[in-house]
Amino acid sequence: MGEFIRVAWLVMQKDLTVEIRSREIVSTTVFFAISCVLVFAFALVKDGRTVVDAAAGILWIAIAFSGTLALGRTFERERYTDTLRALMLAPADRPAIYVGKLLAIVAMILVTEALLVPLVALMFQAALFDAPLLLGAILLTGTLGFAAVGTLFAAMLVRARSRDVLLPVLLYPITIPVIIGGVRGTAALLGTPTDVAMAQFWIGLLSFFDVVFIVLSLWTFEPLMTE
Amino acid sequence: MNAAFDRLTLTDVSRNFGRRRALSRVSFSCASGDIFGLLGHNGAGKSTLLAILATLLRPSSGQVRYGAHSATRGGAAVRASLGLLGHELQLYPELTAAENLRFFARLYGLSDVQARVRDALAAAALADRADDVVSGFSRGMRQRLALERTLLHDPRLLLLDEPFTGLDQASAAALIRRLRGLAAAGRIVIVATHDLDLAEGLLTRSVILREGRVAALHEDGLAVRARYEAALRPQRAAS
Amino acid sequence: MRKSFVVWVGVAAAMFVIAPFLVVRAPYESTMGLVQKIFYYHAPLGMLMFLSAFVSGIAAGLFIFNGRASADRISLAAAEITVLFGSLVLITGPMWARKAWGVWWQWDARLTSSLLLWMIFVAYLLVRRYGGPGSDKLSAAVSLFGMANVPFVYISVNVWRTLHPKTSVVPTLQPGMREVFWFCVAAFAVLYGVLLALRVHLGAQQAEVERLYLELDDRSELS
Repeated sequence: MGEFIRVAWLVMQKDLTVEIRSREIVSTTVFFAISCVLVFAFALVKDGRTVVDAAAGILWIAIAFSGTLALGRTFERERYTDTLRALMLAPADRPAIYVGKLLAIVAMILVTEALLVPLVALMFQAALFDAPLLLGAILLTGTLGFAAVGTLFAAMLVRARSRDVLLPVLLYPITIPVIIGGVRGTAALLGTPTDVAMAQFWIGLLSFFDVVFIVLSLWTFEPLMTE
Repeated sequence: MNAAFDRLTLTDVSRNFGRRRALSRVSFSCASGDIFGLLGHNGAGKSTLLAILATLLRPSSGQVRYGAHSATRGGAAVRASLGLLGHELQLYPELTAAENLRFFARLYGLSDVQARVRDALAAAALADRADDVVSGFSRGMRQRLALERTLLHDPRLLLLDEPFTGLDQASAAALIRRLRGLAAAGRIVIVATHDLDLAEGLLTRSVILREGRVAALHEDGLAVRARYEAALRPQRAAS
Repeated sequence: MRKSFVVWVGVAAAMFVIAPFLVVRAPYESTMGLVQKIFYYHAPLGMLMFLSAFVSGIAAGLFIFNGRASADRISLAAAEITVLFGSLVLITGPMWARKAWGVWWQWDARLTSSLLLWMIFVAYLLVRRYGGPGSDKLSAAVSLFGMANVPFVYISVNVWRTLHPKTSVVPTLQPGMREVFWFCVAAFAVLYGVLLALRVHLGAQQAEVERLYLELDDRSELS
């Protein structure tokens, strides 16, 4: 167990170091997320003004789209230098490598969200900071669920053809419950009065999703990555 | 927990992708001290065979034995005893030379990381560039670093895929010296290469692959070019 | 194929000849009248679609962990039928909704869940087709994860829907309707079995052809 955590931590640390040095993924992801928000703000217009109730939806769409880009880029980097093979060659526990990469991706997406949430709050006059702990819980559980499935799929697509288009094709249908949970949970917090019970229900469901799909990914990572 | 072995044996190893046969009943064996050559045209199956030997690919049929161990049963222990220097050098360009070595040393769970990294940098003649990011290195420098990375965990079996690509004369000569030293120290070295002239001075034994099959197996390292051309002479059209 | 297979094809054909007559003679439903009769095909298709998704997912799991090609063939066949039956569900559903409530699509929980499951298995087929070598394992992962997703999809769509309450879909069954309904379920179940067996058999034949190609390759080398 200790060995597992050690390897996962090592891989995560390495990924974050590489990212901090190059700053490539976070900067492009953040910029893309902001563009997303703007596009939707301009597209969803009623009576000549932006629909402010759409804040929750727009936030999660931006997270999903930019998260997919981040996943694709992270694994493309490993593919280009062939370092994913080097990781698979090591005697280390393969699921530990999965966890390391998962934690690094979650960290990167959370950084994006940290910049995105205030922006959305500002542009849509959304009271996103009224219940910060609950909002944080929704963002965390939702991001974890999305990234858990995404990391597995992006890793196994490294060897496939048409991997750029296949990642969203595979990822979005399976993570729809995460999007529903995220959007409804966030919307519950934005409503007046704040529907805490509803938000807690969604946090619970998302947590359950996270547990099921992380376990499933840990279980299937090794057989899926070896030919 | 390393698997200890000094013999590698392949028995009737085949690998197909759908209806395309990449390898067909390849059999040979090598022992400690061998510098064994995998020769053949592009597409002959050298990379596939190396991937199988590195346990990254499973054979469709046949067996690979590392001493008494097999990849399926041995798993992590076998992987801890082998090293692969791929064509892409498997280094992180954003990390420094020392960081790359440290990462892999820790990933392999080695003890005494500091000392090993220091020794590896010295062996690669990169001690003065230890804290420079790898993206600034030339191909030759990266190659030396990648080779040391592959040797960090002291593998018994060393697999090299086209290691002479892009190397100048001096670097190639240095690599040959290094490989001879490793073989003399008891490792099994397997080199897949196109460079027949360099292979001439290096190999002790070789196998020539043609369309996934063994076209010839030679027990000494002589007349590599002549034998290569003889084995791969275009076959007459079948009647 | 075995002789017994032909018997089952005959049974399926016979049941589908009889079914329309039974449906016509079934009692009219009080609120929706004639239109409700789509239900006799729509609902069994929906049930079998979900069953097929589970068959595909379980076979996919076996393939991932055991590597048996036969499991992969079953998974693929079941996935194709999931998409087929799913397409029929998604065609009959809006037809019914349009006639019964005036709109083609009103996001009812069951139909939306069916749509999502359908999309997951269409993704399975896309990966299979465009993923290149090794796509059998990739698609197996999609199938397994898709199957694991079914409860989450159902719960989240249901709770999401309670915020936009609309009329529920399936009325309670009167006595005269129950027999017809279960007959149709049986008819579709037999059809499902026939299609699955046929498709798996096709897959096995394809694998045999591949094997023969490889053997031919071996033989030509020896001569």
